[in-house]
Amino acid sequence: MHVANQVKQLVKKEIRLEWRSKYALNGVLLYVVSTVFVCFMSFISMPDRLTWNALFWIIMLFASINAVAKSFLQESRGRHLYMYTLVSPIALIIAKTIYNSLLMIGLTLIALVFYAMVFEPPKEMDIPMYLIAVILGSLSFATIFTMVSAIASKAGNGGMLMAILSFPIIIPVLIVLVKLAKNAIDGLDRSVSLDDIGLMAVINVLVMVVSLLLFPYLWRD
Amino acid sequence: MKKSWWKILGAALVIYATIAGLLLGVPHLDILNESIRNLYFHVPMWFAMIILFSISVFHSIKSLNSKNEIDDLKAVESVNAGIIFGILGLVTGAVWAKYTWGQFWSSDPKQNFAAISVLLYFAYLVLRNAIDEEQKRAKISAIYNIFAFPMMVVLLFVLPRLQSSLHPGNGGNPGFNSYDLDSRMRMVFYPACLGWIIIGYWIYTIRFRIRTLENKQF
Repeated sequence: MHVANQVKQLVKKEIRLEWRSKYALNGVLLYVVSTVFVCFMSFISMPDRLTWNALFWIIMLFASINAVAKSFLQESRGRHLYMYTLVSPIALIIAKTIYNSLLMIGLTLIALVFYAMVFEPPKEMDIPMYLIAVILGSLSFATIFTMVSAIASKAGNGGMLMAILSFPIIIPVLIVLVKLAKNAIDGLDRSVSLDDIGLMAVINVLVMVVSLLLFPYLWRD
Repeated sequence: MKKSWWKILGAALVIYATIAGLLLGVPHLDILNESIRNLYFHVPMWFAMIILFSISVFHSIKSLNSKNEIDDLKAVESVNAGIIFGILGLVTGAVWAKYTWGQFWSSDPKQNFAAISVLLYFAYLVLRNAIDEEQKRAKISAIYNIFAFPMMVVLLFVLPRLQSSLHPGNGGNPGFNSYDLDSRMRMVFYPACLGWIIIGYWIYTIRFRIRTLENKQF
């Protein structure tokens, strides 16, 4: 298929570009590591499970805004125009979302390992379930922030707009996510979390569909 | 005069709802007492807000397809009118919460989510201010408006259902309909909703007309 091939090439291109400079990966990793370290300096120990979970997601929220914002904001207008002549907008947004999802899942997993090393995780934690929450969370961060960063880059007014536009949209997801992760931390029975997983999936699909519908309009200058 | 029958209807309904809402009998319930009359003012605000935001999304979709400036103006003015109702809804809710739940802000899910959805539309207005070029502004803000609307639906209609809330009708609390919205209250409540929705629509049309007149002058 035409679009599928374009998506494959675009994802390859993104990964290759990233691999050459390693800017996003190293930059955001350093960002996460230093934030966790600053938190460690200020908290020293974290006896409360609720805080453990909340702090992790706050760190990931800001790290992912920085990581994903790059996808459209850092590309020049000239390159946008060049891409416009080459590929269909649908292929571009799918490729960006796939790449950002991969990036976010990788980042969040590394961040989780480091975070768990610094702050000891709660004992009752249901680790596979928490990993599911982490992966779903990274997927939703990636889908939402990719579209918002496209909007912000077209508005031509970088970072601050990105934060203002994305926070109200990400909050519903974050509420479900923190609840899901908390269920996993408390070691609750897995059937309790099924509703939340379903809701997360529905929100993700909804955001993806709306992005696919709207992006072609946004892309055409 | 014939064309403005709905404005007269709206004004009459709101006047009726205000007078009858303060004078007619209401069921006597614990905690709520006479503050139950706030139902006639608090709830219609949200209905009016949701209707106005839906109008805005409708016009945003239209403006994406037609690229017509008028559709864009309609979209932004209905958001402006809707935000007024959102703020009024938050304020009436906060005052009501103070006398029934004890604090102005009780960290109730519905209260929080309503505040977030108002924030969403403030973000929409900030986005509009950030872009100078008119056609670009129309396009990008329409896209954000359509993108944000499903999230507002999730915030206002899905998430509160899943959490326990102090509001009636959530988390095991019986809804107003089940026992306390008796026939006396219905006589005021439904006209009040309709009246405030019409007033909201009226404010939106006036704002839209002022905006088009202003644009013509330059």
